[in-house]
Amino acid sequence: MEELLSTFVRSIFVDNMIFAYYLGMCSYLAVSKNVKTALGLGVAVTFILVCTLPINYLLENYVLKEGALSWLGAGFADVDLSFLSLIIFIAIIASFTQLVEMVVERFAPALYASLGIFLPLIAVNCAILGGSLFMQQKAFAHAGVATVYGLGSGIGWLLAIVGMAAVREKLAYSDIPKPLKGLGITFIITGLMGISFMCFSGLKI
Amino acid sequence: MGLLSSKSKEILLGPLSKNNPVIVQMLGICSALAVTSKLEPSIVMGISVTAVVAFANVIISLLRNTIPNRIRIIVQLVVVAALVTIVSEVLKAFAYDVNKQLSVFVGLIITNCILMGRLEAFALGNGPWAAFLDGIGNGVGYAVILVIIGFFRELLGSGTLLGLRVVPQAFYDFGYVNNGLIILPPMALIVVAVIIWVHRSRNKTLQEN
Repeated sequence: MEELLSTFVRSIFVDNMIFAYYLGMCSYLAVSKNVKTALGLGVAVTFILVCTLPINYLLENYVLKEGALSWLGAGFADVDLSFLSLIIFIAIIASFTQLVEMVVERFAPALYASLGIFLPLIAVNCAILGGSLFMQQKAFAHAGVATVYGLGSGIGWLLAIVGMAAVREKLAYSDIPKPLKGLGITFIITGLMGISFMCFSGLKI
Repeated sequence: MGLLSSKSKEILLGPLSKNNPVIVQMLGICSALAVTSKLEPSIVMGISVTAVVAFANVIISLLRNTIPNRIRIIVQLVVVAALVTIVSEVLKAFAYDVNKQLSVFVGLIITNCILMGRLEAFALGNGPWAAFLDGIGNGVGYAVILVIIGFFRELLGSGTLLGLRVVPQAFYDFGYVNNGLIILPPMALIVVAVIIWVHRSRNKTLQEN
């Protein structure tokens, strides 16, 4: 229980996907122009992370890792398929995104229309693949921790993009040097937000 | 250059400055920021991405008339993932230390937006030779930005370049201190912002209103 809680809090504040690893920056910069779409994308990313991380965790531990196939019999004990992990992970993510897209289109057409192009683009959001790769690197104890890690990373990403969108809505009224307008000032603000998130890095749970 | 027609030249050199993938098209920013706290991983990352973009562009361009439109994203991802797996195994074999520093970011080349962006925007509509040049151009444009960021962050943050000490000992004796903040993630964003600032004040057409 304690491990779940600390993984959750750490993945939101300390190992924040955007401020600590800059994952998912492309859609973060492109979609953070107003709060409503930012929120929608954030929820979708969180959802996909929560779904794909446990699946990839199980694949990693029962199929891909060295010796992971030993449940098939002694002959498989030293099979190492880890070189396939990139392809498998991205295939799971891409097919899951496709699945979610179809489900949302069928059952919630209004949400589907408001997310538009960003739904299929989640497949190439680095935050999602990054989540799986960090999961592989951190070697979590069981699939529950991986799920909680996915949830926390997703919420952290959502917090960052919604915060950024809120700041950018106000930026329209400020006087910024011309060459910095748009992209430049967005980077600077993200940097400043990152510095303020650094105060969590001493957090011990 | 008699070898290249003027159009090919434009495809190859355009991405270096006025159509740069990182600071103009905003593609591939994640890795541009994350691996640049030192110069060496920046160079390795730049070379890896250039190789992957160039070959993925060629392969997709050759396949472009046979891929059904509906599943093209998955086909592209598989081609890219296979190339990245090769790059990652090569790095593990020949540059193990750098590979350790790059950690997950080698794998993340797959979701690097430069790849998907160039495949979608260029390789699907052009022949293999043009696609190859476009890949090289964009890869080098990306690498240039990485090297600039890596140069400043390593110089100001650690006082070294490629691991060799550049700032003389006498400076430290006078009380010069390395700026530890610049190695931390948030400062990379601000370095990029400064590069964009300089670039846009020189190319007025790129300024936003």
